[in-house]
Amino acid sequence: MTTAPLDLNLRRYMRPLGGGTHLTVWVALALLILLGYLRYDNFLSAYNISSFLGYNSMFVLISVGMCLVIMTGGIDLSVGAVAALASVTAALLSPLGLLVALPAGMLTGLVAGAINAGLIVGLRLPPFMATLATMLAARGTSLVVSDRQAVSVDWSSDFTALGMNKIASILPWTIVVAILVVVVAWYILEKTSLGRTVLAVGGNAEAAHLMGLKTSRALIFVYLFSGACAGLAGVFLASGYGAGQPLEGQGWELAAIAAVVVGGTLLTGGMGSVPATVAGALLFGLVFNLLNFENGLGVISLSAYWQSVIRGAFLLVVILLQVRLARPAAAKA
Amino acid sequence: MTEPLLQMTGIQKAFAGIPALREASLRILPGEVHALVGQNGAGKSTLIKILTGVYRRDAGEVLWQGRPVDLRSPRDAQGVGIATIYQELTLVPQRTVTENIVLGYEPRTRWGAIDWRAADARAREVLSRFGIELDLHRALGSYPTAIQQLVAIGRAASMEAKLLIMDEPTSSLDEREVETLFGVMRALKARGTSILYVSHFLDELFAVCDGVTIMRDGRTVGETRIADTSKLDLIAGMLGRDPDEIRAAGRTQLSTDQTHAGPVFLEAKGLSSDRRLRRLDLEVRAGEIVGLAGLLGSGRTESARAIFGMDKVTGGTLRVGGRDVRLSSPRDAIDAGIAFLTEDRKVEGIIPDLSVRENLTLALLPRLSKMGIVDEARERQIVQGFIKALGIRTADMDQPIRELSGGNQQKVLLGRWLALEPKLLILDEPTRGVDVGAKLEIQSIIAKHVEQGCAVLLISSEFEELIEGAHNIVVLQEGRSVRKLNNPGVTEASLIHAIAEPPDTPHVEAAE
Amino acid sequence: MSEPSSLTGRGLGGVGEAPAPRRSRVNRRFLGLVVALAALILLNVLLTPNFLAVQTLAVNVSQVSTVAIVALGMTLVIATGGVDLSVGAVMAVSGALAPLIFGSAWGLANPGLGLLAAIVLPLLVAMCCGLFNGTLVSFLGVQPIIATLILFISGRGVAQVLTNGNLQTFSNPSFTWLGTGRILGLPVQGWIAILLTLVVALIVRKTIYGRYLLSVGGNERAAALAGTPVAKVKIATYAIASTFAGLAGLIDVAINSASDAARVGNLMELDAIAAAVVGGAALSGGRAPILGTLLGAIFIQLVGYTLIANGVPDEATFIVTAAIIVIAVYLQDSRRRT
Repeated sequence: MTTAPLDLNLRRYMRPLGGGTHLTVWVALALLILLGYLRYDNFLSAYNISSFLGYNSMFVLISVGMCLVIMTGGIDLSVGAVAALASVTAALLSPLGLLVALPAGMLTGLVAGAINAGLIVGLRLPPFMATLATMLAARGTSLVVSDRQAVSVDWSSDFTALGMNKIASILPWTIVVAILVVVVAWYILEKTSLGRTVLAVGGNAEAAHLMGLKTSRALIFVYLFSGACAGLAGVFLASGYGAGQPLEGQGWELAAIAAVVVGGTLLTGGMGSVPATVAGALLFGLVFNLLNFENGLGVISLSAYWQSVIRGAFLLVVILLQVRLARPAAAKA
Repeated sequence: MTEPLLQMTGIQKAFAGIPALREASLRILPGEVHALVGQNGAGKSTLIKILTGVYRRDAGEVLWQGRPVDLRSPRDAQGVGIATIYQELTLVPQRTVTENIVLGYEPRTRWGAIDWRAADARAREVLSRFGIELDLHRALGSYPTAIQQLVAIGRAASMEAKLLIMDEPTSSLDEREVETLFGVMRALKARGTSILYVSHFLDELFAVCDGVTIMRDGRTVGETRIADTSKLDLIAGMLGRDPDEIRAAGRTQLSTDQTHAGPVFLEAKGLSSDRRLRRLDLEVRAGEIVGLAGLLGSGRTESARAIFGMDKVTGGTLRVGGRDVRLSSPRDAIDAGIAFLTEDRKVEGIIPDLSVRENLTLALLPRLSKMGIVDEARERQIVQGFIKALGIRTADMDQPIRELSGGNQQKVLLGRWLALEPKLLILDEPTRGVDVGAKLEIQSIIAKHVEQGCAVLLISSEFEELIEGAHNIVVLQEGRSVRKLNNPGVTEASLIHAIAEPPDTPHVEAAE
Repeated sequence: MSEPSSLTGRGLGGVGEAPAPRRSRVNRRFLGLVVALAALILLNVLLTPNFLAVQTLAVNVSQVSTVAIVALGMTLVIATGGVDLSVGAVMAVSGALAPLIFGSAWGLANPGLGLLAAIVLPLLVAMCCGLFNGTLVSFLGVQPIIATLILFISGRGVAQVLTNGNLQTFSNPSFTWLGTGRILGLPVQGWIAILLTLVVALIVRKTIYGRYLLSVGGNERAAALAGTPVAKVKIATYAIASTFAGLAGLIDVAINSASDAARVGNLMELDAIAAAVVGGAALSGGRAPILGTLLGAIFIQLVGYTLIANGVPDEATFIVTAAIIVIAVYLQDSRRRT
């Protein structure tokens, strides 16, 4: 399954996609899209594309945030609950318009990220436990603030424009924003000292410190970034579906981790690719989408419950492939 | 006299109440290569880490170019012009060669983004000074250790530091690479860079150093020009002994009388493994210590790992107790009567949170259990016996092993294997990092078991330990056993010669 | 300060050095937990109306038992340095299976056998889930979070497929006894939790498996070199954890006389991890404080109960639990750093 030694020039062009080892996920994505196109009539219809992209823009966001965290060797379990909290915040403030509600939602995420960073960098708690605590706290806060009810947004303000309007009735604004965030993350990672420090910390935190790198700053950055992404995803949620959802987002963190893993980033940190993570997130969403179409054909009838079974199986296949790919390299090291 | 670049005086540092530095000082002149020597635990690394801002000193003064400074982080130290290459490689193996050289000091474009083109150019330029050319975009970890070491040096050199600290930089380099390194050092010196050089290979010091500082027990006990001293004087200073006493001291505790060695217990023929062991021929008899000598990376530890079933054997034969065997796991090897005291006590030895008792009986457990239940009464009896016999200093056997000193941890691990009553005991650097007292005790325990018929395969970087302890020494080069030296008759000079001499020359040095 | 002998190294265990002082700290944490729990109970006696009523005890016990049982297994997994995210999903699977078995035509025709099968088979299936997790972790070297993520994602789906996503209600007094019966006034599942705690504590303390477990988690490489069957130990541990989760799933279903695959065991992995960590387990592995886990589960339960009984909204307990986790991990961590 290894990609054959590519021509050097070709490799250069592939680099923005995440490089040779991450290529598989793009190939898989392309194949699934091709399959969908050939097999289902309305697969490439404007409606399907826009709803697919609109829904998955949230997952693209949190997956990218998660990707940066995982590159440092950490993990952020709080993203789902933080997104829910941010959706409630944004919905509550939606009467004041998008220009207030959007920053407020992101700020919610940033605060959660700051708490994570404080616990991890300041108190030196293991990321798993620290973000688990933040997850519980964010979930509790969102339930308290919303009084356990979905908080309807103010439909008369411009708040829902972000989530519901589309460019040329095919490209949702949310995916445009999400892609913008992806580009920012990619730029930081590839082109700035901060980004390289993120990778160095994940590779060997001790060495990074001894090399004189600002390791704490990198860690604080990734948790803030992940928090902001989760906050933004929450805003998308409220804006696109008309309500702040205090109970939404359960298991999002694990879906994001799965997307990162499918994108070829190892949980041990130090390596990974933002674009491939995006592909991983889309790939996961696409499996859902295709199953819906398959059901629509009526040849087989899979209940919605099968989808999670198949997603799990899909993750298993990816992991098994990765194990095979990683083995020879690991033996050499 | 010129003003020193660096002057550290009266430095003190304690960890959890245990003093590591009691009264250390160091003075480095501009443009000199200064050596820092001392035994393991003398305080060299601690002193360096204080200088580089990793640790904070408890007391004392640091003058940098005549001004007092307080360096709080590695970045501070790099800021004033101190670059460091640590003993253990401190680079990021997953990242590329270029990144490892420029990380933290990346060249920028006008827009503030990293200029990768310029970064590559700088990396290429730095490496060309060493005469090496690498694929700059490959992950550093995919290169051999020696190359990684050179990249680390390249990184430090590229910072144009005023002081470059090298902590045992040559331990993984071969002779040619060492020469390259010395060349780079001389070039740096010619540009006015001072170098602080830490090495256990004393001969090297005379080749490149100008001054030397000797440390012992956390104190600086001597400082002199290298031209005014001799190797023996340095050793005497490090050990705190009279040079004449050393000449007379003769043998270490390891030495046993040349008793009649028993039958061959272990026989390896053309053994190779998937981990850089190419061809090992070896014979170990009961009641005999066979030494394995060679440079780092020559395949000493790899030999042990192959014999102990840790690495996959890819060729050759292994006979244990007269029978052909295939050992595919440590468990197999243990069942065949082999024990292996590994080199890295922390990573491959102790289970830190478990007690002395639990650590000591870990390998013995299957024999201590019935129906899966551990016979604790018998266990306590056995452990008590070993604590007494090995002189393990512990409050009681239920104390967590991490609270013990290094030497005592090592004794517990030795006990772990001796409890199995092995027929062959493989020892990889058994006395590294333990103090002199514990070292002598460990050596005498080993000697006693050899007298009782245990076969020992001894890996050691200390020539003294090999020469005076082993009945014969097998020399390894690049994963092959190239010659065998018989004791008595091996001298340090002949051993070093045997280790360094290319393998194709057939004559055996120690025969004379 | 005495002058050290010239040959002695820097306190690495010199000839004349006194033995390292023994600091009795193993149980300090445990004691702290006991004291905190006692204080909490005292507080409740003073504050909460009817706290000492039998009914209060029964309510709390029945709520905490499933968490405690799952947390026991989780503690073992954490002791190996891993974590098991799939326990909630495994609960759902076993909880979905049981009613299907005793409610099937065969189960109705053979009530005795049917009941037995309805308990044994789900446990076996749960154990297989654990074997699957353990195999991925130990033979394929997949990180525990990812390996158990697979069943986390698909396990509940399997349970929902089995039941078509329907709520299965049933009336089977012998089976529901698991969840609603009482022995000496205490709910049956409380006895099960206590019994399992004692058994697991004994296993960890007295058996070769327990010793291996702690050494694998404490230093896997060293353990392997000492001949410890690392892979077997890990697989067995994941199997135990899943089996316990399966049992908890059965109890949960028995309590409610209904099986809802979407709900059974939801978020249980978090509760179990929280209980284990509050009880003294460290994610880095090497420690298996079994009694501590039971107390940790009880402590979290009681804090929640105290808040709710005193008029604090249900949701706020999340935030308090978060604070407890932070404090517990911080205390543990600072201990490690010294």
